[in-house]
Amino acid sequence: MLEQFKKGLLKTREKFVNRLESLFSRSEIDDLFFDELEEILISADVGVETTIKITGMLKERLKDEKIKERSTAREVLKKLLVEMLEDDGQSKLASAPHPPAVYLVLGVNGVGKTTTIAKMAYRYAQEGKRVLLAAGDTFRAAAIEQLEEWSRAVGVGMIKHQAGGDPSAVIFDAVNAAVARQVDVLICDTAGRLHTKMNLLEEVKKIYRVINKVLPGAPHETLLVLDATTGHNGIAQARLFGEAVPVTGLILAKLDGTAKGGIVLAVKDITGIPVKLIGVGEKKNDLQPFDAGHFVEALLDVK
Amino acid sequence: MFGRLSEKLQETFRRLKRKGKLSEKDVDEALREVRLALLEADVNYRVVKNFTAVLKERAVGAEVFQSLTPGQQVVKIVHEELVKLMGETQSKLASADNPPRAVMLVGLQGSGKTTTAAKLARFLKSSGSKPLLVAADVYRPAAIEQLEILGKDLSIPVFSYGKDDPGKIASLALKHAAAEGNDYVILDTAGRLHVDEQLMDELARLKAGIKPVEILLVVDAMTGQDAVNVAQAFHEQLELSGIILTKLDGDTRGGAALSVKAVTNCPIKFVGLGEKIESFEPFHPDRMASRILGMGDVLSLIEKAQSVVDEEKSRALEKKMRSQTLTLEDFLEQLQQVKQMGPIEDLLEMMPGFQKAGKGLKNLSVDDKQIVQIEAIIKSMTREERQRPEIINSGRRKRIAAGSGTAVQDVNRLLKQFDQMKKLLKKVHSLEKGKTKKHKGLLPF
Repeated sequence: MLEQFKKGLLKTREKFVNRLESLFSRSEIDDLFFDELEEILISADVGVETTIKITGMLKERLKDEKIKERSTAREVLKKLLVEMLEDDGQSKLASAPHPPAVYLVLGVNGVGKTTTIAKMAYRYAQEGKRVLLAAGDTFRAAAIEQLEEWSRAVGVGMIKHQAGGDPSAVIFDAVNAAVARQVDVLICDTAGRLHTKMNLLEEVKKIYRVINKVLPGAPHETLLVLDATTGHNGIAQARLFGEAVPVTGLILAKLDGTAKGGIVLAVKDITGIPVKLIGVGEKKNDLQPFDAGHFVEALLDVK
Repeated sequence: MFGRLSEKLQETFRRLKRKGKLSEKDVDEALREVRLALLEADVNYRVVKNFTAVLKERAVGAEVFQSLTPGQQVVKIVHEELVKLMGETQSKLASADNPPRAVMLVGLQGSGKTTTAAKLARFLKSSGSKPLLVAADVYRPAAIEQLEILGKDLSIPVFSYGKDDPGKIASLALKHAAAEGNDYVILDTAGRLHVDEQLMDELARLKAGIKPVEILLVVDAMTGQDAVNVAQAFHEQLELSGIILTKLDGDTRGGAALSVKAVTNCPIKFVGLGEKIESFEPFHPDRMASRILGMGDVLSLIEKAQSVVDEEKSRALEKKMRSQTLTLEDFLEQLQQVKQMGPIEDLLEMMPGFQKAGKGLKNLSVDDKQIVQIEAIIKSMTREERQRPEIINSGRRKRIAAGSGTAVQDVNRLLKQFDQMKKLLKKVHSLEKGKTKKHKGLLPF
């Protein structure tokens, strides 16, 4: 059967490419149009439920606005997706009324939290802000060293304890230090954890409470890092982290590969959490504010 | 793992079961559900399309077994094809003839290569090999330190040579291994994007230089549709020999496993099931297919228990788990063993019927700190109390709390958890019994 499979795959692939080219170039809108649209969205990891919802909404709009051409339909679709992703221009990170602004960064293992934090630190340092990092991943081997190397490379300070220590204690010290040193931004790293481990989510809750206790109103952003290659599991990640602490935004990392990161559409649709930043490479300046228009353009660009 | 997919398929087939004969319409309806379930499990769109086409051809075809209901027949076909797709036999690591032989671990950033390298080394060491770990990730900050720390914890040697050329590091490591008598030389390479030509070339050169006995692609089980692109690119460039699937301990349905297998035709050799270094096991394609279809995996559970507790103990444990004559003493002993085996949810999930019985199990999750507390509480009980927890009244509770340095609430919570666990085991047990009675163990439907 595998042979059969391979042949099939090749064929589908050829067909796939041809069809994608034709999706918005052929003129009339028929069932095939929606099949192809579904294929594009599913293949971009938009997720089954959200894909069905989007095609349904598009059908309705096209009917309401009596649109018959594919080229116009494409514009309607783009507008629809941008509307779903946009968050009243809130893609900027919240600032604190009085510095420091405290950002707490969370995520499952291997999504790129530490690298993302380095990029954020670099960005703020470039803007002339005083930045402090908190080495809250006391669990993974050499995680503290990893952040430390970055802090040196980017030229910002870092608060750390020993490996294996209590992450809340590190964060406690870091928030106090941030206040004492009058820094503008404190970014807190945390250990990667699966959203299904209850005890590790309890730990996150505690970290959040500690920050809030030392500095009322903080953290000003609680950011969940999602890996752009993640499939449907991204929804569960956002949902369960969001149930543990109020997650205010997503950072979509690793968008420089071939993955489209479409799962953020589903996450936004289901949990309401907007994307704020995207990671597009391994260098310290490879972090950008999220732009819904560009994102949708790339999502539908199927070459 | 794969929990909801099997639930979904079961739901579909339960509906089918009530009908007498399998019409094309039935097959279409079932396959629609199979298709959605597979897509929701992140199996690649194209793979799903081909898979359901093959299924349909077989289901609405000649192969009609008189002894099966239509539902069973579709399940049988889906099961068979899933097994075929995932590789029919368990695939072992190639042996290290003419040692030392290199094993390259490759993959995207964050897929879990470094942790997997340590896990694989531990696995090989525990089966009698003498592995050497090599820190060949010269790009990610502190990657070398990470592997060194992991190696130290496991008492497995780690070879590092700073941030030099990975090819040079590898060949020096092989020389070192030859001198030290190591057989497997496990290379932890840097994570890289499959579209990064320069870094992919680096891997190709590395391969040419050391002629590895295995090149294993490490894939995050949570990967979505892009898994096929990644696997294909790595395979084209390096001719992979196998796959290791990581982070399967979460709630991901892991459809990437199917996708990757379908595009590379490389066997999945191991799975990573947690952050603990021992949460690592060989991949069993047949069992995994059974698991997808909701047959549970008692075999896997027992095997797991055997590797940490001795055989006799594990048999007694299994018997007790099944007969529900669990006492708090067993509970304590079990917790200590479970600590070595991994999270209790994972163990229970492998048991048939669990997925239906296991709702609300979250209260049961236990972490290591809690285990210490539980140990203290149970040890502060009299033997009679341990065997008959129902006699523990409020006076006894106060005494136990004082004796163990905990609060009465902690004692209460433990007793409640224990009670829940007993109930759950009872439920699992009765589900299992009911099933075998009705179907004589043919198929779980």
